[in-house]
Amino acid sequence: MKETIVQLKRGEKGIIKEFSTEAIPLKFQEVGCLPGNEVRLIQFSPFKDLVYLTVNDSHFAIRTETAALIEISRIK
Amino acid sequence: MGKQLNVALIGNPNTGKTSVFNQLTGLNQKVGNYPGVTVEKKEGKCKLSNGQFAHIVDLPGTYSLNATSPDEKIVADLLLQKRNESYPDVAVIVADVENLKRNLLLLTQIKDLNIPTILAINMADTMKRKGISVDLQQMEEKLHARVVLLSARSGKGMAELKGLIQDYDKLSSESCVQFTDIDPVYFEAQKKKFHGENLYKRWLNTVLENGSLKQEDEDQITSVQFENKSETEIKRLQQKETILRYLFINQLLKDSYKRDPALAEDFRSRVDKILTHRIFGYVIFFLIMLLVFQSIYNWSSYPMDLIDQLFTQMAEWVDNTLPEGALTSLISEGIIPGIGGIVIFVPQIAFLFLFISLLEESGYMSRVVFLMDKIMRRFGLNGKSVVPLISGTACAIPAIMATRSIDDWKERLITILITPFITCSARLPVYLIIIALVIPENSFLGMNLQGLTLMGLYILGFLTAVFSGYILNKMLKLKSRLFFISEMPAYKLPLLKNIVYTVIEKTKSFVVGAGKIILAISVVLWFLASNGPGEEFRNAKNIVQKNEQNQQLTEEDMANAIASYKLRHSYIGIIGHTIEPVIRPLGYDWKIGIALISSLAAREVFVGTLATVYSVGSEEEETIKNRMMKETDAVTGKKIFNFATGISLLLYYAFAMQCISTLAVVKRETNSWKWPVIQLVFMTGFAYVVSMVAYQLLK
Ligand SMILES: Nc1nc2c(ncn2[C@@H]2O[C@H](COP(=O)(O)OP(=O)(O)OP(=O)(O)O)[C@@H](O)[C@H]2O)c(=O)[nH]1
Ligand SMILES: [Mg+2]
Repeated sequence: MKETIVQLKRGEKGIIKEFSTEAIPLKFQEVGCLPGNEVRLIQFSPFKDLVYLTVNDSHFAIRTETAALIEISRIK
Repeated sequence: MGKQLNVALIGNPNTGKTSVFNQLTGLNQKVGNYPGVTVEKKEGKCKLSNGQFAHIVDLPGTYSLNATSPDEKIVADLLLQKRNESYPDVAVIVADVENLKRNLLLLTQIKDLNIPTILAINMADTMKRKGISVDLQQMEEKLHARVVLLSARSGKGMAELKGLIQDYDKLSSESCVQFTDIDPVYFEAQKKKFHGENLYKRWLNTVLENGSLKQEDEDQITSVQFENKSETEIKRLQQKETILRYLFINQLLKDSYKRDPALAEDFRSRVDKILTHRIFGYVIFFLIMLLVFQSIYNWSSYPMDLIDQLFTQMAEWVDNTLPEGALTSLISEGIIPGIGGIVIFVPQIAFLFLFISLLEESGYMSRVVFLMDKIMRRFGLNGKSVVPLISGTACAIPAIMATRSIDDWKERLITILITPFITCSARLPVYLIIIALVIPENSFLGMNLQGLTLMGLYILGFLTAVFSGYILNKMLKLKSRLFFISEMPAYKLPLLKNIVYTVIEKTKSFVVGAGKIILAISVVLWFLASNGPGEEFRNAKNIVQKNEQNQQLTEEDMANAIASYKLRHSYIGIIGHTIEPVIRPLGYDWKIGIALISSLAAREVFVGTLATVYSVGSEEEETIKNRMMKETDAVTGKKIFNFATGISLLLYYAFAMQCISTLAVVKRETNSWKWPVIQLVFMTGFAYVVSMVAYQLLK
């Protein structure tokens, strides 16, 4: 089964896998959402429309729809 | 002296560029702990140790030169126009020491433009606490740039930075990555075609033209471009470029940047688990707001009364001391009450600015963005709209400018259009005085009823804003690009110095700004009120004394009766009576009408205007509040500031577009007269109807 950032629970980490360029805006890649980087999920926003992550030493929130396009492999 | 030395401060959002700018230039531009504080180019001068002046430019923050929002585009534009007179001779990349990796991405891009570059690693004061160490020498070698550790808060490293700027001709302008590796064949061909030109600049032009911002300022982009590449291909290359740059950066930092994992306890994440919690998050937010309104009300009533009395005494003193005459009465009846009508609100305004700057400096603002995004989206807005909406409680003008950090044009436009509904500090004076007059001082559930009413008005403004957003979202046929990213900055202990400075500065400019307007208005008003065209004005004394009904009046009442008869027949009285029929249905008399008109210039002069008008119309000096309380309606004989009229006025000011400067800013930001006109017509029309209904129902 494909796992994406959204499947992580609070505090869990994963490594970003390859993704299709089309779906992920360049800006996310520029702040560090790139294949091979480690991402940690900190919090979902109250109605789950945003996810709050840290990746590449940055802390930021992106929309859940977008996060659901970023595949990861979970780190146990 | 030759050409001026241009220095541009460039960097990611919230890395302290403006703090560095302020240190260098001695100016005081706005600093805040959230991304997107600076949204326009700011310029200043800095004296170097050799006596030369450097021209410093502060820019909005950006993650890369591939701009997507209007504030980021300012940076890209500056760097792509070599002929621009502030095209930088030196780029100072201000980076956050905790986040070097991401900050260096931008640096490698700037280097590719062959601009001499200095890397200023800011916030060096936090390094020890976070267990960070940096090998500067190694970095300098690999980046081909000078590197300096800086703390804009303490001023450490500033002298060194100035020294590097001074010796700018020794800086390297060599690039540090070979970006053409992403498509060697293609770029080799381009190199031949555009002989000697900077290829990265060419590439950026292609990219930006392809991107979403192409509709504006097309002329600035050189028309000859690369051989056509499809959009998907460009995107693919951009990704490759980003990866390439990060590859270089990771390699570099692996050796030269160390972070002690034991000290990486993540304070931010732990606090955020509570502050952004789906229940506690909202509870905390609500409690903070409640505290703000209660304190604005409770803590400042005492100084407020004091100021009111002070101004009354001052007017009395002038009246008694200076020789009688036109000038004396201009001062005691026009200027002093008018200015008093503004100064009286200084305590509240100061509290308001205090709370806003605490919210901004602590980093809490971005958490509110996170909490509110979903709710905002339902109304066609964006979580980031929260920032303008909160800073709109100070003033709509900077708030509308702050929308520049919203990427999506539709969401940005809606935010611009609804921001004026937010209760700004200029409405506060109107609300406060009217609430004091018509809402009883009782307490309700242990809370001050007047304070609750005030909070109610803020909530009303907010709900109206959001609801209009909903309607606009349905109506506007604009394509929307759903894409959102919001940084969550580290929490910072607000710097006392900054806070105190901001509060004093903002309060001062409130008083001075409004003071100038009221000074002008009160002179005009006083003139119009103390002169009249006809016999009735000149002979007021005889006419009133002859009137049968007035025979038994005491001397004092008689004097007042004459004064108000005169006022009724002065120029202002005549103007007022002409417009009275329009505002009667709302429960206002002509004096309020005059105040409504003059407060189009700025809402806060409403009280000052009334103070002047009332002051001319009566013989003794009194506090503004007492005077308003005593005022009776010439037609109905009832108190003017009764409950119905009071509520009607509150609603009118809540909704009406009573601010010319805001309209001007909306015109500038939307680049058309269409939107400000729509705003004016709809908001004021809506205000009129609502106030009328309210008055007629409550009367
Ligand atoms: N600890 C520490 N904080 C700093 C330093 N310099 C700036 N800050 C804080 O960092 C935050 C951001 O500062 P700004 O100067 O507004 O940053 P900016 O880069 O201009 O931000 P934008 O205009 O939004 O891009 C503020 O809260 C500052 O007080 C520093 O050297 N040390
Ligand atoms: Mg700034």
